[in-house]
Amino acid sequence: MRITQGCFSFLPDLTDDQIESQVQYCLDNGWAVNLEFTDDPHPRNTFWEMWGLPMFDLKDAKGVLMELQACRKVYGDRYIRLSAFDASHGWESVRISFIVNRPQNEDGFRLERMEGRGREQRYTTRAYATDKPEGKRYS
Amino acid sequence: MTSETGEAPAAPPARINLAEEFAQSGVGPVLQQLDDELIGLAPVKQRIREIAALLLVDRVRRKFGLTSQAPTLHMSFTGNPGTGKTTVAMRMAEILHKLGYVRRGHLVSVTRDDLVGQYIGHTAPKTKEVLKKAMGGVLFIDEAYYLYRQENERDYGQEAIEILLQVMENNRDDLVVILAGYADKMDRFFHSNPGFRSRVAHHIDFPDYNDADLLAIGEKMLAGLNYKLSPAAWQALAEYIAARRTQPHFANARSIRNALDRARLRQANRCFAMLDAELTIDQLMTIEAEDIRQSRVFQQQENGA
Repeated sequence: MRITQGCFSFLPDLTDDQIESQVQYCLDNGWAVNLEFTDDPHPRNTFWEMWGLPMFDLKDAKGVLMELQACRKVYGDRYIRLSAFDASHGWESVRISFIVNRPQNEDGFRLERMEGRGREQRYTTRAYATDKPEGKRYS
Repeated sequence: MTSETGEAPAAPPARINLAEEFAQSGVGPVLQQLDDELIGLAPVKQRIREIAALLLVDRVRRKFGLTSQAPTLHMSFTGNPGTGKTTVAMRMAEILHKLGYVRRGHLVSVTRDDLVGQYIGHTAPKTKEVLKKAMGGVLFIDEAYYLYRQENERDYGQEAIEILLQVMENNRDDLVVILAGYADKMDRFFHSNPGFRSRVAHHIDFPDYNDADLLAIGEKMLAGLNYKLSPAAWQALAEYIAARRTQPHFANARSIRNALDRARLRQANRCFAMLDAELTIDQLMTIEAEDIRQSRVFQQQENGA
């Protein structure tokens, strides 16, 4: 099941050229670009691991793309997302975030039912990937 | 014709007007500005003009669908202190941007401290950080020979050099690296790092200024600050330059700037001494001979004679 989180996730995967122009848009707006990765695709998992530090003071998207390649080399079997932080007053938050790398197979989620008190039925979703310990989920 | 033919327009024009292309690129005014604002430096200007011509012709060739591989433009600027290396590097970024060789045309100026870390494993991230910032522009490494410390083979500078070399080779289209430093030290640096020598295509030597050049530079500096020299002061400055040159630690234009800064100080002091009199704007602008003649340089000359 294809994960749909962040911008552009209903579109086909962005090519590197497309990623570059998105990043350039972010940099032109003066946002700091971050790279994050995870192997826990649950939508409630908002805190992904950071790849390096946020990249401040860049002028050209190529620098970000270089880091992305480096990150893919190490964590190419995981989800990698790119987010841009707007530090200007009044915003001070992430302005854009989109997935730039996915695992080969996205297994999706299992629906779990739990019997509650009386006839109550509670539901939760759990990624198949998280059955395995961290770091071995997509290899 | 190569595989790039596909990108060429279907029917390329049979002739191209180079002058029109030149006007379009907007590089003419930048070169003109270089000529106007920088005094002397004839070989430097000549080389810059050559590079500009090459890039322009390459651009035209691409329009015809002729193969044009981006030339390597990493440079090394060598010359004595105060010969305008940094100033030219700043212009260079602008010129390369106008010619479409670099995408953004900003200049990132660094020294050893910005590239080399203090601890093991600290250098690579630091160097990469700088390189990322310089992408799409020009990376200017001042006093580049400090990167390599011969006496200490475990010096982290070597690590920075390796990363630099790798990026200079792989990201040739993305950034231009300019190394700058004093000629003899740079020679030794290139000698011990042959990788650098071969990756730097342009070695530009900045000649020392002659006395007339320095005088013109001094006048230009003062004009920029809304000062002017009285005729006597002009004569004094000419003598000052000749005298200063014979003394140690002469740093070309930088020495002149320092001398003029001190002359301004004395001029201000002189104006301040006339507290009761009313000053004219002309008095505020003019540097008199006495402001310059009080310099230590003249006194030492007298002592020596």
